[in-house]
Amino acid sequence: MHWGWRFPSALQTVQTFYDGMANGQLLEATLSSLRRILIAFVLSCGIGMTLGVLFARSRLLDETFGFVVVALQTVPSIAWLPFAIIWFGLNDFAVVFITTIGATWTMTIASRSGIKNIPPIYLKSAQMFGTGRGFRLFYQVMIPAAIPQLITGMRMAWAFAWRALVSGELIARGIGLGQLLEEGRSLGDTSLMLCIVLVIAILGTISDHLVFKRIEERIWTQYGLNAAKT
Amino acid sequence: MIRVEGVGKTFAQRGRAGYTALEDIDFEIGKGEFVSILGPSGCGKSTLLNLVAGLERADHGRVEANGKEVTAPGPDRIVVFQDHALYPWLTVLENVAFGLKQKGIKKKERRERAMEQIRAVHLGKFADRYPHELSGGMKQRVAIARALVMDPEILLMDEPFAALDEQTRLLLHKELEQIWLNTRKTILFITHNIREAVILSDRVLVMSTRPGKIKKEFRVQAARPREPGDSLLHHIESQIMDTLAAELEKVAKEEYGNDYTLEKSPLSHSTANNLGDGI
Repeated sequence: MHWGWRFPSALQTVQTFYDGMANGQLLEATLSSLRRILIAFVLSCGIGMTLGVLFARSRLLDETFGFVVVALQTVPSIAWLPFAIIWFGLNDFAVVFITTIGATWTMTIASRSGIKNIPPIYLKSAQMFGTGRGFRLFYQVMIPAAIPQLITGMRMAWAFAWRALVSGELIARGIGLGQLLEEGRSLGDTSLMLCIVLVIAILGTISDHLVFKRIEERIWTQYGLNAAKT
Repeated sequence: MIRVEGVGKTFAQRGRAGYTALEDIDFEIGKGEFVSILGPSGCGKSTLLNLVAGLERADHGRVEANGKEVTAPGPDRIVVFQDHALYPWLTVLENVAFGLKQKGIKKKERRERAMEQIRAVHLGKFADRYPHELSGGMKQRVAIARALVMDPEILLMDEPFAALDEQTRLLLHKELEQIWLNTRKTILFITHNIREAVILSDRVLVMSTRPGKIKKEFRVQAARPREPGDSLLHHIESQIMDTLAAELEKVAKEEYGNDYTLEKSPLSHSTANNLGDGI
């Protein structure tokens, strides 16, 4: 048995990273993965928030479909890939589909509890000041009041979306980090594989710490929730 | 002007008979009058305020405000809540201007009118702060400014100063009295603090508990602005205290059992008082 090639050295990995960036293969894969995840993220936030608001406002929906969502949340999104392949084929759309599914349920649950946990006194006083019970109450009071929870939900949705995306890309066709990882495996190019794992880790850290965590902290400070926490 | 006629309210309880919070309440508050409702906790005084505000509906009886029956909350009856209910995502200025925005007033005018009220409660320097950056007393001032900017006929105050420290409370009593003297709003003030009720109001309605009823009415005809040392205030205060003593005993009995009795003015015994007793 020769184990040497199965564990790439640091130098090899850096070299592969440099080559991949220089000839554009790695960059292109990263960009197209990012494009997919952004589409899926926007979709899942939209769908998740809509569903969450509906569940929070309608008891009937909540007690029927709300439970289904909790059940769906426990299903790993990759489990939907076989369906996606049959429905849409082995293409981009199938990957975007399972990535969206992976993030939607988290977002639904977060926005549902965000709306449900609004102190009733906010809604009462809003009506007193003449917002009525309709759209103005919704976007001037309910949405801003739920924002801290919505941001936390988005952060979690993004993390779920990453996981779903990479696993989807491993199987489906099309340029992407997952596909490149799979290519590395079939060529026995372990340095490429490690390189991609590192890229995924770095992108994940950047998006979580530098984007979501910062927004979350700013919102929590503005709402005075940090003081209550400590 | 507020008129409450034969109002009752019962809350459903799981597995038990309904809990009667209010029974057969009748009173009238004239325009520009400052009236307090005083009672022990659990006597339904906040429920009563919610009925006048339109946040809850009475089971029977009729609540009228400014000559119209109350069916829903409205900008002519603004409540100042105990926990201020300011929106944490809006600055002080935006909070105060929130009601004006709903009325469709233009941004510039909104700003001017809100600033005017914010200055009136001495918070001009804090207009761009968020509520969590303010102290409890400041938040309550913002809540008062937010109510006054709507220029409501009636101001409903639900234990607004209960969570504040004593010094801040005394200061806000003075300011509220001044605001009332300047604007002559009709104020319905809910409190469990006897001193607070007496020093602020023209009339104090004392409530009894379980079921909540108006037990007695006290008229406070002391000179304005009120002086904390006014002997008339102290006299009324002790009268109210006597009226409430029976209620306190009732509450204590419910909590600690029927053998609980409240002793009336027990003499304190110290050996120094007994000198020469046995001679």
